[in-house]
Amino acid sequence: MQAAMHKVFLVIQREYLARVKKKSFLVATLLTPLIFPAIMAVFVWIAVEEKENQSLRVIEVVDETGLFFMESSDQYAFSSSVENLEEAKALVNTGERYGALYIPKMELSAPQGIQFYGLENPSTSLIGYLEGALKRKIEDQKLYAKGIDPKVLKEIRTEVSVQALTLGDAGEETVTDATVNYALGFLSGILIYLFIFIYGNQIMQGVIEEKSTRIVEILVSSLRPFQLMMGKIVGIGAVGLTQFLIWVLLVGTLSSLVMGVLGMQMPQQQAMEMANPELMAATPDTGELGAILQVIDGIDFVSLVAAFVFYFLGGYLLYGALFAAVGAAVDAPSDAQQFMLPITIPLLVGYMGLFVFVLQDPSSSTSFWLSIIPLTSPIAMMGRISYGVPFWELALSMGLLVLGFFGTTWLAAKIYRIGILMHGTKPSYKTIWKWVKSAN
Amino acid sequence: MLEIRQLNKTYGSHQALTDLNLVIPEAGIFGLLGPNGAGKTTLIRIINQIIEQDSGEVILDGQQLSGDAIRKIGYLPEERGLYKKMGVWDQLIYFSRIKGLTASEAKQRVTYWLEKFEISSWKNKKIEDLSKGMAQKIQFIATVIHSPRVLILDEPFSGFDPVNAAMLKNEILELKKGGTTILLSTHRMESVELLCDQVAMIHKSKKILDGSIREIKSRFRPLEIHASLSQLNQELPAAWKIEASEEGKVDLLIPLEGQSPNQLLRELMNFGEVISFQERFPSMEEIFIQQVNASGHA
Repeated sequence: MQAAMHKVFLVIQREYLARVKKKSFLVATLLTPLIFPAIMAVFVWIAVEEKENQSLRVIEVVDETGLFFMESSDQYAFSSSVENLEEAKALVNTGERYGALYIPKMELSAPQGIQFYGLENPSTSLIGYLEGALKRKIEDQKLYAKGIDPKVLKEIRTEVSVQALTLGDAGEETVTDATVNYALGFLSGILIYLFIFIYGNQIMQGVIEEKSTRIVEILVSSLRPFQLMMGKIVGIGAVGLTQFLIWVLLVGTLSSLVMGVLGMQMPQQQAMEMANPELMAATPDTGELGAILQVIDGIDFVSLVAAFVFYFLGGYLLYGALFAAVGAAVDAPSDAQQFMLPITIPLLVGYMGLFVFVLQDPSSSTSFWLSIIPLTSPIAMMGRISYGVPFWELALSMGLLVLGFFGTTWLAAKIYRIGILMHGTKPSYKTIWKWVKSAN
Repeated sequence: MLEIRQLNKTYGSHQALTDLNLVIPEAGIFGLLGPNGAGKTTLIRIINQIIEQDSGEVILDGQQLSGDAIRKIGYLPEERGLYKKMGVWDQLIYFSRIKGLTASEAKQRVTYWLEKFEISSWKNKKIEDLSKGMAQKIQFIATVIHSPRVLILDEPFSGFDPVNAAMLKNEILELKKGGTTILLSTHRMESVELLCDQVAMIHKSKKILDGSIREIKSRFRPLEIHASLSQLNQELPAAWKIEASEEGKVDLLIPLEGQSPNQLLRELMNFGEVISFQERFPSMEEIFIQQVNASGHA
């Protein structure tokens, strides 16, 4: 037993070092996490640059209705120095004005005929700005017409937010927030899905390499096929974990570094607003930020991380064995496609289920089953876990995942043992089933 | 000593080995001969514990084969392969470790073999950067790195260039001298005649013949005589072939056709001065074909 474990360890070591020592591993590991902070930095940088280099654009307004007073902003100033459109156009042509806005006489109930003249194509943000401003003005006019003061309307508008709390068994209250839970479930589910696919594929490639280069014949005269298979799965899993840990560390430090440096140049809030103004509209003000922090504070991160690691590894091991079996059954990666379906379908069901059911309603019965059945549970359960899952459900799901892992490994070992020695013949599902049934 | 007792193996409906018995003596070269598909590779895989027999036993040093035997056996499969992206040193260390050597033993052995073949400078080269001949050397080292008591070579000379084939032959003979039991499997029977002490012939899952080469050859009567005459006095019978002719020497190949060598010699003297007279024994391949025909397997 000890000798057997020792050999598995040797295989793990080889698989691990063979990959970690590769230059491509180093490049992928170091560059991937740089992408996000880099994109962030580029956005912020562009925003800052644009703001600094911007010159005020003056737009001539020719308003035949006499109702519109356009308010100037940091970017745009409005003047109404000429009487008719032709003169305004001339100002644009000489470059004295950036553009001319023409508002013809019209019915306020059906505003049309408004035109903008410029030497160049106006940006969508300028058109948007103009449309927004005109819309507000027309709405105000309409309110006056009905005898309502727009100021009154503004006063009536009220911000309401409901604070959600969950009651624990002992009556303790935890502040929750669906958005935070959604984000956590979404992120961890996707990570597990990607991890299984990327590293599962590496297992398959590795098995095919050993099989097609015939190394496997020498290997299995020194090792049990099962030792070889498990060593490969665990070794590649360790590579993935290493990469993942490095990413977490790098993304963490780099992001805070980038934000820290930029934070000195401009307030973070403003930087984000510049980078993505639409997002800012949806994000709450500082008062709500405090609430989010409170929610994050309320999440039991130790058990969340523990569950993530469990489902991360459990899902990988469960599918890893299947990937190994597919690799053993075929001679070349191109032949593998026909056997990928039994792996891809449950993974996709878990992935789609996460978005369609689990994150929408974590406690529905579909969500329950998706998070219990071992093939989909690694992805689906991560979508539920931050919302809080009854202990027995979690225990059942984890227990079944472990059983499922033993099941797929048992199945895969039977296919693997025979498949790796078979060359030249393309097996069908039927022959593979024969391998599974054969005693030796 | 390696002993095979009543070994049977079937794949589905295909019988790969039928009641096979073999005794492979220690410190000798044992040739396992037979055409492709006769069951040689199946037998070798069973000895290597890659697959399991349906019934029968493999006895090594008086014991049933078990996991410990891995350390005692070295195996060069017919289809060879190494990790292309792995360095020579790392690869050899890995193969010796999975055979059961400790880290320090492995280092010492790998160093020894690299120095022996004067290829220490390849240490850090990847297999994909080596020529085919160089890779063959590494492959051979990987096979014998753990000093196996039993060495199993499946079609050892196929794929080797002449230089490396000669090297391989020398190494095999050296290992034999050192007491290694060598099992050499091939379908090219002529290639091993001079190398093997004993052979067994397998045809369609069954053993059809075994014994030492000398013994087998003496069991099969010579078919032809090589003879040389100083000159020809008269016309030769039609069945006699002139193999070579030069000034003062004519080489003949004469079928025995049921005569004893003595009778033939007497007759031959009538044609001129006999310089040499030698029985030509059948090759292993001819014996094999003869045996297959005789046993009605063909």
